[in-house]
Order: sequence, then C-alpha cells, then structure tokens
Amino acid sequence: MKDVSFGQYYPVDSFSHRLDPRLKLIFLIAYIVAIFLASNFYGLALCAGLLVVIVVVSRIPFGKVLRAVRGVLFLVLFTAALNILFYNGETVYAAWWVFAITKEGLIFSAFLALRLVLLVVCSSMLTYTTTPVSLTDGVESLLTPLKWIKLPVHALALVMSIALRFIPILMDETERIKNAQKARGADFESGNLFKRVKAMVPILVPLLLSAFRRADELGDAMDARCYTGGNGRTKYKKLRFTWRDLVAFLAVAALITGVVLMKVYLPAPY
Amino acid sequence: MKAIAFSNVSFRYEEDSPFVIDKLNFSVEEGEFVAVLGHNGSGKSTLARLANGLLVPDAGSVSVFGVQLTDKNLFDVRKNVGVVFQNPDNQTVATIVEDDVAFGAENVGLPREEIGRRIDFALRAVGMEAYRHATVARLSGGQKQRVAIAGVLALKPRAVILDESTAMLDPRGRREIVEVVTRLNKEEGITVVLITHFMEEALLADRAVVMNRGEIVMQGRPEEIFERQEELVTYNLALPRIGVVCNRLRAAGMPVPNTLDAEALAEEIAKCV
Repeated sequence: MKDVSFGQYYPVDSFSHRLDPRLKLIFLIAYIVAIFLASNFYGLALCAGLLVVIVVVSRIPFGKVLRAVRGVLFLVLFTAALNILFYNGETVYAAWWVFAITKEGLIFSAFLALRLVLLVVCSSMLTYTTTPVSLTDGVESLLTPLKWIKLPVHALALVMSIALRFIPILMDETERIKNAQKARGADFESGNLFKRVKAMVPILVPLLLSAFRRADELGDAMDARCYTGGNGRTKYKKLRFTWRDLVAFLAVAALITGVVLMKVYLPAPY
Repeated sequence: MKAIAFSNVSFRYEEDSPFVIDKLNFSVEEGEFVAVLGHNGSGKSTLARLANGLLVPDAGSVSVFGVQLTDKNLFDVRKNVGVVFQNPDNQTVATIVEDDVAFGAENVGLPREEIGRRIDFALRAVGMEAYRHATVARLSGGQKQRVAIAGVLALKPRAVILDESTAMLDPRGRREIVEVVTRLNKEEGITVVLITHFMEEALLADRAVVMNRGEIVMQGRPEEIFERQEELVTYNLALPRIGVVCNRLRAAGMPVPNTLDAEALAEEIAKCV
C-alpha cells in the first residue's frame, strides 16, 4: 500500500483508541485552541508534553507520527523561511535588499513551526486512533443540533467517512496512472512550474473518471445492501463515556488551565 | 417456490440503443445453485441488477420469492436477494471488517444485539471470523470478497447473486469464493446465482446457463454444457484446456466423465489404463 499516513486509522488497542469519538473531537478542538492560546514557548512546551503522552498511550509507532509531519514538511519549512526573511526584528544577523535575518525572526518562525507541527500531529492522532465509522458517529452525534436547520447531518458524516476510506485507494490509483502515463512517454519532472502543472492533466482526467466510476459502483453496492439514508437506521456501535474519557477530560482541562496561567504569569514573548 | 423469476423481461440502458436483455424468461428455484456464463456484453451483469431492483425492466416483470418487484417493495426484495459485485474495493463502505459487515444490518434498523449475532454468523459463514477487527485494505482480494459476501449475508438473504465477483481475483481467491458459495448453498440452503466468465467455476453448480446478446442460448447440467465445445466457441466462450482434453479423450472412445478438474481426470485416466 502507498505511504499515506494522514487520515488513516492505525489498528491497535489502546487507551486513546477506546475513548469516545465525540470527546476526542471536542478534545482536538480544545487542544487546537490551547495551541493558539499559548503565547510563549512554555505554553507550547506544555502542549507538546501532553501530545507526547498521548502518542505514548496511543501505542502509535513514532515513525507513523513523523510520517504525518512529513506530509506538511514543505508547508512548515516554507512558512518558516518566509518568517525568517520578512520578520522585522531588532537584532539583525544579516540583511540583504528587503530581507533581514533577525534573532526575533528566527525565534518567531521556530515558534510558528512548532505550532504547525503540533497541530498536524494532534489532528493525525485523532484519525490514527479512531476508525472512520466511529469518527462518523462522533461527528453525526455532535452535529445533531444542526438537524433543526435541516442540515443533512447523517449524509455529511457518511460522506466524510467514505472520503477517508478512499484516500489510500485513490493514492494507489494516482500512482498507477502516473506510471502508465510515464510508460507512454509523459514527462512530469522537467520544465517550469506551468509545464509541470499542465503535465498533471493526463493524470487528473483518468483519476476523476475512475473516481466517478467507483462512486457509481459504491452507490449500487450500498443500495443493494438496503441503504436508504439515515432514517430508520440503527448503529452497531454505541457511544459511551467511560473512566478513560474522564481522565482524558481532566488532562485537557489541565492543559488549557496551564496554558492560560503561563500566558498570564510568564508573559515573556516566545 | 421460484427464488427469482423473469418473465418476458426487456431492458436497455438508453432509449434508442439495442436491448441488452431481450424478452428474457429465466428462473431460479429456491435452493438451486445456478451458474450464468457469458462473455462481455452478454447481458449477464444486467441480469443481476434487474434481479434486485437496481435496474427496472422496460417491459416484462421480475418476481423474487413470489413477490413482483415494484418501486414500493424494493427494500423488502433487496433483503431477500443480496448482490456481491466485481470490485472488492468499490463495495466496502467501512474501513474495519466488522463495521462493513454491520452496514446492511444497520440499514434495515436491526437492534444492536441482533447485528452482533449477524456479524458472528456472516463472518463464520465465509471463514473470516479471525479478521473481525482487521482493516479491509490490508486483506487479499479473495478475503476482501469474502468480507463483501459476509456484508450481504448479514441481511440474511434467501438468495445471493455474485456478479462477476471472481473476475478480479487470482486463482486462489477465485477458489476461495467458489468454495464459500458452494458451502452456503449446501449447508445454509441459500439460493446462489454465480455470474462468471470462468467456466471451471460453473462445474459445482446444479445448472449452467449460457447467455449471449441478452438471451439464454444454452442451458443444462454443467457437464452437458461443456460437452458442446463447438457451440460454446460461437458464443465466445472457450473451454479450459483440461475440458478440451476431456472432450478429445471421450471422442477417442475413452470412458472418462466430463470434468474440468485436472486431478479427477488424471485419476479417471489411470483407471482406464
């Protein structure tokens, strides 16, 4: 299988795997809020510390976590580079034309990079430890109030879980089409950016066609298994709060308190 | 009782295109194991889709276990007739085996305990109980298709149609599937319609039906069908080599039975010599 880690479930049995998906979703949001609340390295260190604990108790191999980071490495480096070059700091190390590398710029971009990495790792922890079906159940359950404004909550949640399921399949397919086009003499590596983007067209068109075909077949298979939408449907897996959820809740609550305290009492910038 | 009965059914995909199924009369008895053979475009897949209401006939009628298919009873009919499709990747809804098997049972609104029992039953029936918590993507093709069969069995259908479900599998996966459906037929009494273009798969069926251009052109016990080699060729169906050998031996006066099983044939030859 292709090396796509983001958004993929990692099947082991652990503390985090057994948490209620609804709470996990809320925790993720709370954790992201905490990351953005943190205004200095102490706060981020606290976030990172908790994340390390989460990774350990989730029994996700460290390599898997790194792989999730690798997916956004370019983005992280790119923003860091921009920040280093454009940040207006006082202690200038080097300057050229409109660019200047300053001490503050370096610190600030390190801060932002760490923030981004934490963001990606915590989001991927959710999908590593939660099967798409329970994630769907969680989203559906949390969005239930929106049914009042006629939002098709069940359908949206199902779309989400099917999308997650098809990521590795479509990645495989992209690779296959790419190889097939290469075998026919297509060139994806040379030329300027515009040329390279144009070279993607012969990949995207068959990929899109095949995605439609798959969607069609999946629709038939779902129909054949009596799918008629969310009405009258039951769920095999029941969502339940346990002591684990309480522990996790306390940990996240402590994190937010800690971050806020540090913001107030340790106002050192970064 | 007839499990599936087509009477004068015609169907075409577009208004002015030729009929894919043309005034077809076809029926399957309850508990029967029927193999439908035909090359690409013979209308055999359309047959599967008509039988559980995925497609609606332009003319004629389709009855399933004595109930004529209409727009209103589609849901009940589909509970009775399950369809397993060709591509295992395009019919799995969930990532985890048990979640996928549960899908159909959840759709018909069964209580949780019953869904659990259905999953047990369905996974045992296809011999996949050890993979209950596995990720579907990591299974082999044959295993994926067995999970797909389990997903259909969770609805406790009285008939199962396999629409070229072995076409994308390797020989081993194909054998697994044929074994599973044969056992379902013999032990659970489930009516099986196996649509395929691999002739050796038809061998275990009670009856083989050959389709060509939307019509049934040959019908009978699989052994009888395989004997009519020249006729099969006209419908673009080639007998496996072992069947050709068998036919030649018989033509040469050797008293061997018609089989597509190389070992069985070898034993028979050994007896003659």
